[in-house]
Amino acid sequence: MGDASTTVATEHAVELRHVYKRYTTRKARRGAPRVVDALHDVSLSVAQGEFVSIVGPSGCGKSTLLKVLLGLTRRTAGEVAFSGTGDHQHRLGMVFQQPLLLPWRTVTRNLLVSQDINHRLPPAEANERAAGMLKMLGLEEFADRYPAELSGGMQQRVGIGRALMHDPQILLMDEPFGALDAMTRDQMGMDLLRIWERDRKTVLFVTHSIPESVLLSDRVVVMTPRPGRIADVIDVDLPRPRGLENINTPEFGEIVRRIRTLLNSENSAH
Amino acid sequence: MTTAVESEPDPVVGAPPPERERRQVPGAVLTGIVLVVVLSVWQFIVRAFDVPIVLVPAPTDVLESLVDGLTDGSLLEHAWVTLQEILIGFGLAVAAALLCAFLITQSHIIDKALFPLLVMTQTIPKVAMAPLLIVWFGTGITSKVLTTALIAFFPLLINAILGLRSADPDQIDMLRSFGASRMHVLRYLQIPSALPHIFAGFDVAVVLSVTGAIVAEFVGATSGLGYVIQATNFTLDVSRTFAVLVILSAIGLALHGIVVLCNRKIVFWSAEHRTTTEQA
Repeated sequence: MGDASTTVATEHAVELRHVYKRYTTRKARRGAPRVVDALHDVSLSVAQGEFVSIVGPSGCGKSTLLKVLLGLTRRTAGEVAFSGTGDHQHRLGMVFQQPLLLPWRTVTRNLLVSQDINHRLPPAEANERAAGMLKMLGLEEFADRYPAELSGGMQQRVGIGRALMHDPQILLMDEPFGALDAMTRDQMGMDLLRIWERDRKTVLFVTHSIPESVLLSDRVVVMTPRPGRIADVIDVDLPRPRGLENINTPEFGEIVRRIRTLLNSENSAH
Repeated sequence: MTTAVESEPDPVVGAPPPERERRQVPGAVLTGIVLVVVLSVWQFIVRAFDVPIVLVPAPTDVLESLVDGLTDGSLLEHAWVTLQEILIGFGLAVAAALLCAFLITQSHIIDKALFPLLVMTQTIPKVAMAPLLIVWFGTGITSKVLTTALIAFFPLLINAILGLRSADPDQIDMLRSFGASRMHVLRYLQIPSALPHIFAGFDVAVVLSVTGAIVAEFVGATSGLGYVIQATNFTLDVSRTFAVLVILSAIGLALHGIVVLCNRKIVFWSAEHRTTTEQA
């Protein structure tokens, strides 16, 4: 947006400045209200086209961060600035842990959910894009099937496709592969990289898995709970395109070890 | 799937049907066999002990009376009257229940103001309202339709409210992440999510509608199957009374069947869950 920071060479897609989120839950009638600092002084700038992962234990505010960005949760304090202008500026595509497909819609119609809400494209063009998306996802022959007929991995691919059909400025992913088995999970990670290499969308990827975050990302944001804050941001300078074989390299192991050490020291400090 | 209010309108005629578990193995054949056995035993006892026909008629007497009534058209005429009352009353109840459910789920104020009142009115046995409705609307079809609607209304309302509130909160977040308004959420998520519950309500209500129409006819009518039951009771034509019961059970079964069929067609995505609870 209009301030000085945007004039730097790599333009940011989104910038969070000193964002706080505090939940106050009143437990029963007596007793002091319980206060949870889900986000504590979180500042983060994500560049255009950057793939950033957020790792951390449960309750560190990873998911809250995405909800704040989406506007599903109101932040307590701080600023969130998106780059770009107009309609596109705040357009975020969210992929949830569960596929959350509508069971009464075919795969194609599920991809068109955003279109049905926003009517951004003429119908013919939207259908064409949906067909193209199915092809990219490798789900062409499932165009007219219902979600119940798909495997978990296929359903989640439709979930990713649905978010991409929204043509988002930033793709937000909240543990998108968390509900899948390990093999499917690896495969999905590779698929995601393939899709990402193609159009280099900005991605904010929340995960529990340190290796997954290292394999996919340019940078890994390490968060710690109570209060939820950023402990450190680790650069992942492994060459792209990457594959599963990267996992066995010493460089990869070194970065994973750094993140793990960071998380452990932060945990024992509390 | 919440099918807690699922009804099981089994045939009125004959003994209690065998357990569901057992019936699934040989299916309808077993039911048929049991029915035939029960009817044969009934026939045998009535004939063997010379039970007076004004007390319990034999199945063959009932059949004879049923065929007579159907061929001379009198039973069909009365059945048509009752069927009209059932269908109009049911339709009215559906419209009112869906409207109320919509208002209650969309507005907290209406929910707080209206819902307790609706629950309170449920403490009044609706059957007790039938005589009043006759006084107000006469012995014509209107009083029957209203009694039917009153009886069918509440299960429809409760199921519709339950259904409209059954949408997955994560799904709501999903739609909102794409910029969905409340109307979008209602249209794309809450209404489809409500359909399985609404159909469960239909199933209960359609059977209650038959009861409603008959009760209303008992109180005061000049035609309809309820009227025939009273009239034949008075003339001790018990075979005809039983014949009417057969027709009523057929109507109930047919309506239930239509609901189940529509449910499978319209709410196809939850069909798997339902076929396990319904019989195959």
